[in-house]
Amino acid sequence: MLAPIAGVLFDGIAYGMLLFVLSVGLSVTLGLMNFVNLAHCAFAMLGGYVTVTLVNDFHWPFLATLPVAFFAAAAVSVVFEQLLYRRLYGASDLDQVLLTIGIAFVSVAVAAYIFGTLQQPIQTPAFLRGSTQVAGLSLGNYRLFLIGFALVVTVLLVVGLEYTRFGAQIRAAVDNQRMARGLGIDVNRTFAATFALGSGLAGLGGALAIEIVGLDPSFSFTYLVYVLIIVSVGGLGSITGSFAAAILIGVSDIAGKYYVPEIGAFLIYLVMVIVLMWRPAGLFGRR
Amino acid sequence: MRGSDILYAGAALLLSMATAMATAHAEGTIKIGLIMPYSGVVADTSTQMDGGVKLYLQQHGDTVAGKKIEIIRRDTGGVAPDVAKRLAQELVVRDKVDILAGFVLTPNAMAASDVSAQAGKPLVIMNAATSIITTKSPYSVRVSMTLPQVVTPLGEWAAKQGIKNTYTMVADYGPGIDAEQAFLKAFTAAGGETLGSVRMPVNNTDFSPYVQKAKDSNAQSVFVFIPAGPQPAAIMKTLVERGMTPDKVKILASGELTDDSALKNLDKSAVGVITAYHYDHSHKSKLNETFVKDYRAANKGENPNLLAVGGYDGMHLIYEVIKKTGGKVDGESFIAAAKGMSWESPRGTIEIDPETRDIVQTMYIRRLESVDGKLQNVEFDKAERVKDPVKAAMKK
Repeated sequence: MLAPIAGVLFDGIAYGMLLFVLSVGLSVTLGLMNFVNLAHCAFAMLGGYVTVTLVNDFHWPFLATLPVAFFAAAAVSVVFEQLLYRRLYGASDLDQVLLTIGIAFVSVAVAAYIFGTLQQPIQTPAFLRGSTQVAGLSLGNYRLFLIGFALVVTVLLVVGLEYTRFGAQIRAAVDNQRMARGLGIDVNRTFAATFALGSGLAGLGGALAIEIVGLDPSFSFTYLVYVLIIVSVGGLGSITGSFAAAILIGVSDIAGKYYVPEIGAFLIYLVMVIVLMWRPAGLFGRR
Repeated sequence: MRGSDILYAGAALLLSMATAMATAHAEGTIKIGLIMPYSGVVADTSTQMDGGVKLYLQQHGDTVAGKKIEIIRRDTGGVAPDVAKRLAQELVVRDKVDILAGFVLTPNAMAASDVSAQAGKPLVIMNAATSIITTKSPYSVRVSMTLPQVVTPLGEWAAKQGIKNTYTMVADYGPGIDAEQAFLKAFTAAGGETLGSVRMPVNNTDFSPYVQKAKDSNAQSVFVFIPAGPQPAAIMKTLVERGMTPDKVKILASGELTDDSALKNLDKSAVGVITAYHYDHSHKSKLNETFVKDYRAANKGENPNLLAVGGYDGMHLIYEVIKKTGGKVDGESFIAAAKGMSWESPRGTIEIDPETRDIVQTMYIRRLESVDGKLQNVEFDKAERVKDPVKAAMKK
């Protein structure tokens, strides 16, 4: 009886880690910059296509494409930020939603136009396939890799935002824009960099997700619901919150589907409702 | 003066348009309205199907029995029954088409069937695979397949091989439930036992809990049905990751699991998966060799799949009916001529059941093998002249 529970926990945490990498960027932009970016997963999809193209057409090793996926998504997002998003920083939520959901739809059409609507093939290196036996449990290698990878990302993010000058600037710019400007912080540039960081992480998540769920143009929407749930359950702008929420949602999704498959797909919504009734601002919300 | 000039010009234009329209449905032309999702997330299905249609026209010319064939294409953009219905109405009323054809997706085919029934226009279903569609219009005919038709022979075959029990995993929507019930019915009737079934959300993202459940059931075999797209590769990868490789557990599925786009994601660990299907581009026949060669030449080396064959056979049926009726294509004449028709398709001999207007065809049982270093579905057994079991059961 113990083995299935441990297995479900492991799968759930690994899945949660994937969701964390995908959603933490949105948590940062939504929480720190108050911008509702529903096109977040479009940047994730961009990262996914960068990886697929590099692996298949240029024969890069899978791992080497990950940084490129990060920087490509970050670079493209800066262009969008400068051209479109910037104009709506002060606008109402509805305006922001309309713009960004529009961008998400456009991304689906553009991906279908360039790559076709078929599933994109990817072959990960041999050591990431199959599974490893640990204490009687069979743990998927790729899932082990996901967990390790996400932990590294989390540590880097927490350290980066809490203990570096750049992190301090971001927090200052968010807490009190006028004061930050008065102190000589270039708030616009700080926001652009934050936005790029968030989107880059999404691109990374997109690249990592291909092995689990595959990649086709509908990717912009496949994960959108999960990502929004995690951001709201975790609390806006909180990295620790996103981390906890991602594990909670990942584990309850997998456990629900394993133990009660009839309602398994709905369990995460139930969890979300309960958490938000208990703490309307999310687990680690600051309100 | 200027005003009346414009008036004259306008009248002349209208007159010439009226003449043009009159010539368009002169006796010598038969118009076919193709309704498919040319854009959107399933646009590739239309590329295949339309590729089959174009290839048939390219091989056989656009004139048959003295009639010129004119094709009008309309895009539904995806699952959109309301759009499909409107397009069918517009095609019939405004464009005056004689035949409606295409239909990748079931909801769209169902909606357009109403128009076919009311307007008395023949409707040729080139893919949509839910059993009951053909009962919606007395003028519809199907050249593709139904899922129960595919998985019933597979269930019988599995039980005959001495596989004692199974665990089924299907996508939780109409076709998935159809597949699960048809497979289990055939498998248990032949002496097999089911150890459990799970229905997975259609847009599921991580298959690990379901695969783990199947594994924990210790069944000798798993039966899988999920729609083509990104999911077949995802679930196969998860099966392999959990050590449920075909050398340990028999993996049985309908052909979507190992179609070309899924195979590109898999490696040798998937060798041995058993699937049933009506068509694969590797099918050995002279007609299929030409078909595959010509299709590749016209489509940048892509292999044709079941959709291309559906489009190709649909056009063949239309051409043969026109030959047989001498160009009469009203609903009654068309269906009367189509009933019982039998011909050689790239997938083998197929026929139209005179009772149900549905297709009767051979189901191939295939094993995934590595041929010259590439994964390929190799046919090794077959069930001949399989009818749609659902409609056969409805009759009883």
